[in-house]
Amino acid sequence: MTTTTTSELAVQASGVWKVFNEGQPNEVTALQDIDLTVSRGEFISLIGPSGCGKSTLLRVIADLTHATKGAIQVAGMPAAQAREEQRYGMAFQQAALFDWRTVQRNVELPLELQGWAKDKRQARAAELLEMVQLADFATHRPWELSGGMQQRVAIARSLAVDPPLLLMDEPFGALDEMTRERMQNELLRIRQETGKSIIFVTHSIPEAVYLSDRVVVMSARPGRITNIIDVNLGSRNEDTREAESFFESVTAVREALRGRGGGSVSARVGEV
Amino acid sequence: MGERFRAIWPPILIAVLFLAAWQLLVVVQDIKPYLLPSPSLIAGNFFSDLHLMWAAALYTGTTALLGLMFGTLLGILAALLAQRFIVINNLITPLAAGLAAVPIIALTPILNNMFNITSRTPRVLVTMIIVFFPMFVNITRGLIQVQPVQLELMRSMNANPRTVLRILRVPNAIPFFYTGLKIAAPLAVIAALVAEYFGGPQEGLGSRIASAAANTAYGRAWAYVVASILVGLLFYLVVIAVERWTTPWTGHNRST
Ligand SMILES: Nc1ncnc2c1ncn2[C@@H]1O[C@H](COP(=O)(O)OP(=O)(O)OP(=O)(O)O)[C@@H](O)[C@H]1O
Ligand SMILES: [Mg+2]
Repeated sequence: MTTTTTSELAVQASGVWKVFNEGQPNEVTALQDIDLTVSRGEFISLIGPSGCGKSTLLRVIADLTHATKGAIQVAGMPAAQAREEQRYGMAFQQAALFDWRTVQRNVELPLELQGWAKDKRQARAAELLEMVQLADFATHRPWELSGGMQQRVAIARSLAVDPPLLLMDEPFGALDEMTRERMQNELLRIRQETGKSIIFVTHSIPEAVYLSDRVVVMSARPGRITNIIDVNLGSRNEDTREAESFFESVTAVREALRGRGGGSVSARVGEV
Repeated sequence: MGERFRAIWPPILIAVLFLAAWQLLVVVQDIKPYLLPSPSLIAGNFFSDLHLMWAAALYTGTTALLGLMFGTLLGILAALLAQRFIVINNLITPLAAGLAAVPIIALTPILNNMFNITSRTPRVLVTMIIVFFPMFVNITRGLIQVQPVQLELMRSMNANPRTVLRILRVPNAIPFFYTGLKIAAPLAVIAALVAEYFGGPQEGLGSRIASAAANTAYGRAWAYVVASILVGLLFYLVVIAVERWTTPWTGHNRST
């Protein structure tokens, strides 16, 4: 870790605090002294009980809200600049598509805001819809699509400007189990094709383990990182979910969530 | 097709039965026309006066349309200005209730004195003010009530407030605009008509109703009321047609 230069880091958060309603009776310390480093091309999951600050951490990285204290670098630049220069794409639990736009024009939106010419925009959107296997639905309206399809449109949109980093806040949270597993495979395939760095918030332990290189476990009140668990499953396939090593990692994450920490594949934060 | 027919015939049947019962009641009970004229009397007056009625409907309809256009324009402009300041959504509901309670029609005699009473102007002004409020309130609501997650998305894409207005808020407000228009359009006809009760040119539906009633020609008065209802209905139906044509994306949560 000491030899890596900043440009090889997708995200570097150091000493980040976020306090809501500071100095008021309803003060909440959503993030306490967060240190997190994400290497380029790495897949990181954030997991923890509801209200532990996962979304807040993602929003601070995305510069959707300002940290109370601490520094955040995204792609080697301050978070605000990274947002202005569109160095990340974002997907939320709600697909947040615009009903008055067709699927194709939803995907084009970030490019439109960047001032791309119409034909280039259309070509790029078509390419992305191909990638998420929705080429046949380009002219449909979002509400004509199933939840999983809408989420795929949202992912295509987040990839539109080809940002090196994807920030995803429970994007599969509202999907049924079968669709969810298909979407996970889809996401891993897209990751493989594009080499993106990904920070992924989830409530599902198997999902976190299946997708990630490292699982970041957080605890609530105040929100902080308690464990970071390395997952070494190699390349994923249908058998991965039933493999011994998969269950070991699931157990390790579960125990970390219960506050036991330790475990064979886990590393204490301080050692990272 | 068959489904549409099945949806349409029950109200028609009810209307026919209702008219038949009404006619029967008036004839059997020998009810005097000043209390309640029979449907046949109203219909007779309607068709014998058709020519004048058309002119009156055109006059009042024009007043209503002008008032509707100006009031809507004013509502759009005011909403675009207000959305910068009414960030708190809770403000808009009491504001709407407060504005709805203002008896604007009572301004007519005053406007008649301020402007040339022999012109259409005071009537258009009253109609415009009445139209303004539902338009303003609904459009403002549409500009403000965007999903927080969509706002975050826009910020993540580095959109400035003007872009957010153009890309997100304005399209979001369009269904609300039509909700306002569906209230405002029939209201405009009522306002244009009632404004005629306070003097001025006598060629509109309101004037005709008032003079027929004053001359104890009750069948004729009711015939003009029917014509007024038809104008109001026409305004409403045109709005619905335009809405369907221009906002296909709201089709999925429309009830019919
Ligand atoms: N805008 C805000 N104002 C005040 N407090 C907030 C705000 N946003 C979040 N919080 C608080 O910060 C804490 C962390 O919230 P956050 O949404 O980050 O949790 P989370 O881990 O994403 O939860 P979940 O799993 O339910 O999505 C919570 O206690 C929450 O109440
Ligand atoms: Mg959250």
